[in-house]
Amino acid sequence: MKILFPFVAVIALVLLAMVGVSGGSLHFLFGVIIPYAAVFIFIIGVIYRVLKWAKSPVPFCITTTCGQQKSLPWIKQNKLENPSSTLHVVGRMAMEVFLFRSLFRNLKGEMKDSSRLVYGSDKWLWLAGIAFHYSFLIVLLRHIRLFAEPTPFFLHLLETFDGFLQIGVPRFFMTGVVLLSAVTFLFLRRIYIPQVRYISLSADYFPLFLIIGIATTGMLMRYFLKTDIVGVKELAMGLVSFNPVIPKGLGVIFYIHLLFVSTLFAYFPFSKLVHMGGVFLSPTRNLLGNSREFRHVNPWNYPVKVHTYEEYEEDFRDKMKMAEIPVEKE
Amino acid sequence: MAKFTAKPAELLKIDFKTPKTDWMDTPVEIREHMYCHPSKAKDLETVGFPNIHEWKPVDENWNLPENWKETVINGIKERLQKYRSFHVFMDICVRCGACADKCHFYLGTGDPKNMPVLRAELLRSVYRKYFTTGGKIFGKTAGARELTEDVLKEIWYYYYQCTECRRCSVFCPYGIDQAEITMIGRELTNLLGLQLGWIAGPVANCYMKGNHLGLEPHTIKSNIEFMLDDIETLTGIRINPTFNRKGAEILFVTPSGDLFGVPGVYTAMGYLMLFHELGLDYTWSTYASEGGNFGFFTSNEMAKRLNSKIYAEAKRLGVKWILGGECGHMWRVLHQYMDTWNGPADFLEVPKSPITGTVFDNAKSTKMTHISEFTADLIRHGKLKLDPGRNDHLKVTFHDSCNTSRGMGMFEEPRYVIKNVCNHFYEMPENTIREKTFCCGSGTGLNASENMELRMRGGFPRANAVRYVHEQHGVNMLANICAIDRATLSASMDYWVPGVGVAGISELVANALVMKGEKERTQDLRLEPLPQKSGEKEGAENV
Amino acid sequence: MNLNELLLKKRQTILKKWFDSVLETYPQDTANFLKRQKDQFANPVGSTIYNGMDSLLEELLNGGDTDKISTFLDNIIRIRAIQDFTPSQALAFVIQLKRVVREELINENKESQFADELLAFERRADDLMLLSFDIYMKCREKIYDLKANELRNMTSKLLERANLIFEAQYRKIDLEEVLQGNKLERGE
Repeated sequence: MKILFPFVAVIALVLLAMVGVSGGSLHFLFGVIIPYAAVFIFIIGVIYRVLKWAKSPVPFCITTTCGQQKSLPWIKQNKLENPSSTLHVVGRMAMEVFLFRSLFRNLKGEMKDSSRLVYGSDKWLWLAGIAFHYSFLIVLLRHIRLFAEPTPFFLHLLETFDGFLQIGVPRFFMTGVVLLSAVTFLFLRRIYIPQVRYISLSADYFPLFLIIGIATTGMLMRYFLKTDIVGVKELAMGLVSFNPVIPKGLGVIFYIHLLFVSTLFAYFPFSKLVHMGGVFLSPTRNLLGNSREFRHVNPWNYPVKVHTYEEYEEDFRDKMKMAEIPVEKE
Repeated sequence: MAKFTAKPAELLKIDFKTPKTDWMDTPVEIREHMYCHPSKAKDLETVGFPNIHEWKPVDENWNLPENWKETVINGIKERLQKYRSFHVFMDICVRCGACADKCHFYLGTGDPKNMPVLRAELLRSVYRKYFTTGGKIFGKTAGARELTEDVLKEIWYYYYQCTECRRCSVFCPYGIDQAEITMIGRELTNLLGLQLGWIAGPVANCYMKGNHLGLEPHTIKSNIEFMLDDIETLTGIRINPTFNRKGAEILFVTPSGDLFGVPGVYTAMGYLMLFHELGLDYTWSTYASEGGNFGFFTSNEMAKRLNSKIYAEAKRLGVKWILGGECGHMWRVLHQYMDTWNGPADFLEVPKSPITGTVFDNAKSTKMTHISEFTADLIRHGKLKLDPGRNDHLKVTFHDSCNTSRGMGMFEEPRYVIKNVCNHFYEMPENTIREKTFCCGSGTGLNASENMELRMRGGFPRANAVRYVHEQHGVNMLANICAIDRATLSASMDYWVPGVGVAGISELVANALVMKGEKERTQDLRLEPLPQKSGEKEGAENV
Repeated sequence: MNLNELLLKKRQTILKKWFDSVLETYPQDTANFLKRQKDQFANPVGSTIYNGMDSLLEELLNGGDTDKISTFLDNIIRIRAIQDFTPSQALAFVIQLKRVVREELINENKESQFADELLAFERRADDLMLLSFDIYMKCREKIYDLKANELRNMTSKLLERANLIFEAQYRKIDLEEVLQGNKLERGE
């Protein structure tokens, strides 16, 4: 059910685009209005989410320290895992955001010498995560070509790198395949590992199906059902210059692709996908570890009722005196 | 013949319900030995906790207050606005499962709701229902669910099966910290008067009497005097510590567990001997006689109320700085919370070792230094005369406490000390120590007796690693810097790895410490014969 | 070929079936976690039980040193003694071995050929069962010991005594005498 529902939803999107474009001739709706709306929702939604998080203060310095603290001068501090300066934190966050440092730590119990349990490293999830995110990023960047005239120089570089295999016409880009494989791996993993399957929600399968759909339709267009790339560019340029035009001859597959992407954009701010922004705001990673050296201020710190020394001495004065413990009031 | 091929006999049938259902549709089953008893009303009254009422975890009806649901929803709302951590952690989990098999309770019980991610989802599902658009519209499909009494019971049951050890947080790609979520979840249960006796008792004690155990001032003194008697027997030296003395240079604060019960008292004896040998100008306090903070397991506010005593007492006594003993969660609180709550401690000076002159700049603001930092510095400067041979009967391994590891990052100081006072030191396997250390299984106020089975299960991953070094190297002493470890790992070792004792590091230091004017030592702090001094009769069998 | 040799040859199959029968005693979610074919040892509980059973089987087939058998049994039972099982459930796995072995023989159609030896093997399994009772009880007693000890060590008793001592002093009773008595009680 958790898997079926999002799957049906994605199929419904396909049908919607098919019916809308070939049956209803709603090209303008699917080619212009929906993409605009999606991008609008995306931008406003993400800003709203981040602002909402940022509005909640960080009352305490709750760094998760994963390495040696800064203490005595002759003990080597682990600056990346237990930062004590902004530079260290930047380093730590960069490791986290660009290299998925924490995921890299992943462990798995294993049997060694057939009798001893050891916790060995397990990098598959990390590898799939890296492959997925980076190939997605590159695929996304490659699409800039459609929105810019002339094509920015770095895109040529990117495409040379991406297509270094030098096969096929149009040139074969690895990232598309890597993206599809990685996202398929992440999906299969969710199904086959019992624990992960148990914790998965529809909200976990839906984006996976969506992205599988995006990658599949994209690759279909590029390699198999040759799409009128000039038409696509015309539409894209129209969109960015706020002069939308609907070129003739764009196939249904293109509109399906576009609807998938629009859905992903619009869905983004309401889903777990906001982890992209959230990771930057995660207090266990972006704070310093030297909370004894510098005081962290809690904006809502308020006075509390305490049991004072005077009250304490009232309770125990006689006993303290008997035990020859000094008191304030004789 | 055929009957032997029959399926297992009736006897072997286990009447477990096997939940093939989704976790949301699998109602919680509250099991004996997995939870602690509810608190006594008078303990809650002492500190003014709300909604005090009679209830039992196994009962159908928990006698919740009329507006319990509203209380919880408002409680969540308030905390979303107060804690960015909570707010972000409610939103960004992608359920990748990296944390799942990192939790000692999950490893020890196999109960899927003990996976950190699912423990968080128990609360997250409620958050989605009441605070997100998707959850409000799509309900269960969006992973949202109504807050019902069953859901509340489930949250209660599993949030008191989490020791806030933060191991999951180390492995989470977004740093989601279940400890933080558990703290909030526990605050919510606290709003409804669903507190544990084992937590509320120490909190009330600490509030009124200054320490968890409820030791009154004269009792603290007489307990320490018992220790002094033993030290005199051992060394021939009579030590005279002071209590509540104004004008001392240093205030010493340690968990009250060290003043009471075995093997904590040996650690306290260690402090006494070390400070005496150094001629340290320090004082104990009977008012601020607790370093630990069980309030931390109830609510942020209660933790602050208890913690306030340390600075208040330092100010009253006019000391220059504060030295802290060996304790785990105490140091999480001191390192990450105390200054924020009750600081700035501008009436104190930056800690400076009167013996070596070292200024502890890392405690520049909080003005509180850890005994292991202090001792490591002494050893580094050659200020202690040590005879590590006196610990030769011990093969030692070191258990990193969760809080000093993942909430502070103190790894090298205690190791440096141990290596200088013991000749035989062996590390446990790499992925079970330092920031990846396993919890003792009994932290955050779960160290009661009635939940011994839970503790043994949660303690199993740690014990398993100890067993490895026990079998490989004959390790017979598990050193640590935490009072709860000292109390609870003793039980865990006794059950899982008999033959391994538990000791605070200061005990090992004092064993090795050659004191001025001491008589020839024949016993260690436990009044057991020292290895080289023992007669021929002493065999190797107690290893 | 005698029965032992046959069983040694089929050891892996028997072990697997036996282990699976133990896993059946856990709730499904837990069993999934303990089992997971590829890395069924990926957790301390599963691996300890599996290792214990493996060694136990080996020892049983190769003569059987009671001390060793006790140790291996202990490893398994120590875990099951603190899990959600009744005593019979916790120990049923021992009897399961008899079933697994007999089923194997039936599959091979060699049951009657080894009838005598099989009886002898089952007698050994019965001994194992009896030994298991002892171990199980020892574990449970240990748990109650721990509970009692902790309570005694950590809370009321000592505290009361310490407070009493003061009360005694408070009432002008000779403190020295009380302390002396106290030291005697502590066995010094």
